[in-house]
Amino acid sequence: MNNIESLEKAINSELASKIISSKIKHNQIYVTIEDSNLSEVMIFLKTNSLTKFRQLIDITAVDYPEKDKRFKMVYLLLSHETNSRILVDCEIKEGEIVPSLTSIFPAANWMEREVFDMYGIEFKDHPDLRRILTDYGFEGHPLRKDFPLTGHNEVRYSEEDKKVIYEPVKLEQNYRNFDYESPWEGTKYIKEQTKE
Amino acid sequence: MAKETKKLNLNFGPQHPAAHGVLRLILQLDGEVVEKADPHIGLLHRGTEKLIENKTYSQAVPYFDRLDYVAPMNQEHAFALAIEKILKINVPARGQYIRVIFCEIGRILSHILNVTTQAMDVGALTPTLWGFEERETLMGFYEKVSGSRLHANYFRAGGVHQDLPKGLDLEIAQFCEKFPKIIDDLETLLTDNRIFKQRNVDIGIVSKQDALDYSFSGVMLRGSGVPWDLRKSQPYDCYDQLEFKIPVGKNGDCYDRYLCRIEEMRESVSIINQCLANLPKGPVKATDGKITPPPKKEIKQSMEALIHHFKLFTEGYRVDEDEIYTAVEAPKGEFGVYLISDGSSKPYKCKIRAPGFSHLQAMDYLIKGHMLADVPAVLGSMDIVFGEVDR
Repeated sequence: MNNIESLEKAINSELASKIISSKIKHNQIYVTIEDSNLSEVMIFLKTNSLTKFRQLIDITAVDYPEKDKRFKMVYLLLSHETNSRILVDCEIKEGEIVPSLTSIFPAANWMEREVFDMYGIEFKDHPDLRRILTDYGFEGHPLRKDFPLTGHNEVRYSEEDKKVIYEPVKLEQNYRNFDYESPWEGTKYIKEQTKE
Repeated sequence: MAKETKKLNLNFGPQHPAAHGVLRLILQLDGEVVEKADPHIGLLHRGTEKLIENKTYSQAVPYFDRLDYVAPMNQEHAFALAIEKILKINVPARGQYIRVIFCEIGRILSHILNVTTQAMDVGALTPTLWGFEERETLMGFYEKVSGSRLHANYFRAGGVHQDLPKGLDLEIAQFCEKFPKIIDDLETLLTDNRIFKQRNVDIGIVSKQDALDYSFSGVMLRGSGVPWDLRKSQPYDCYDQLEFKIPVGKNGDCYDRYLCRIEEMRESVSIINQCLANLPKGPVKATDGKITPPPKKEIKQSMEALIHHFKLFTEGYRVDEDEIYTAVEAPKGEFGVYLISDGSSKPYKCKIRAPGFSHLQAMDYLIKGHMLADVPAVLGSMDIVFGEVDR
């Protein structure tokens, strides 16, 4: 689509210094920026007469535990006027505080709370940064890759205590993760052995 | 002398029939006027996104049925489209038409439930009983095509699981002939009903600007007069070959949203009729054995088919390294899947964008200054289903 290419060009020329890289794929624009420029870029994308990305579709994060900058924040925006979508992402370190977008998009409130809940990323100037999806008093951040699938605690109603109690997870059988890689292509350990 | 008044904190839910599921709403009341609403969600959180990261792509499909369990196939659709776009698979025409038929059936399922329970929340029981009879028929179609009334697991990457059983297209056509009359009957009960109007007109008004700012989608956006429907603006599958109208509201109140849903059901019937009339012949899923399982018959004769079958149901198919966001117009609004694949047979990350999540977020803004009795009316018109809000 021509429309989307000219839009990418416009964004690139207006925000030149703030954009690390940009590309078009699957009919969407992907832009990578520095996290310090986040608010400025968002305000530009929302208010500029060319772009008009007036709807914040979602905010999420991705966890790459092996990287130095562990998390990637992803912002999905939609413009009704130009009928196009943009994905803005920036990489941050663990413990880094990200500026909140609640003053730009009111819808960011719960989305940022969800990111905080699931990944433990904190937001600056967020009006009400509480956990949202997990239980009251929950510990840990479930969508981090180092959080076990089975979790840590389980809940049951105790007949003796006449109340709901929390206990460490006890499983009859552990979660099994099979290696289904094709033997014709060689499983990982064979590949590693042949390398040496 | 002014009388001293005390504010009242009221716990609405989590077990309240008008909360449409497990919503705990903490209301701050001044007399009967709501000053603040704080929804506590997550009581139905099952960690769908975490689970999907640990399952193969085909094992992940059933989790989508369990999100908005009122219209299961619409959600599977978003996931299937995401994988298809990454793998660049073309879905055969028949597969596309069948998908659209069942998406529209899902839309009718969802809208019947919503319209009638919204009526029940404000005091009318009959529409629910009438509507559920039709839902039963529709779920019968789900069962006939997929083997299960709710958790269908029917839309797979590459097409649909299997072809329509013999005679089902005729049954759906019969239903489509009969159903507009049922909508008329529902309308005679509700549209001009004095009580229904008193409870819904001018309640929960959303302005255009606020609808955009709170990232509303679907009927919540169209009810406020924004003509935006992904089926029209970013068509997927065969929607660009079909003719349908997008009903748009004027005032953005609960009543307009009800009217939009009623009209959308009529449009859905027309879409299903068009699809049935033009239903092409041919395969229902991509024929690439690396993605879709081979027919059972071939497994007994062809070594290659047997290997494909074995690999697909153990390792699963692999998806190239990519990052994509795809959205569909689900009955409740824009349902999206943000998928990151890493070349293995399991998604690295799968974020589910549920429309109800953004809608419920605006509860505080919508209900401020309304009476306590309007809470169920507003909640009902938002079309909240906790399967998708809590994920």
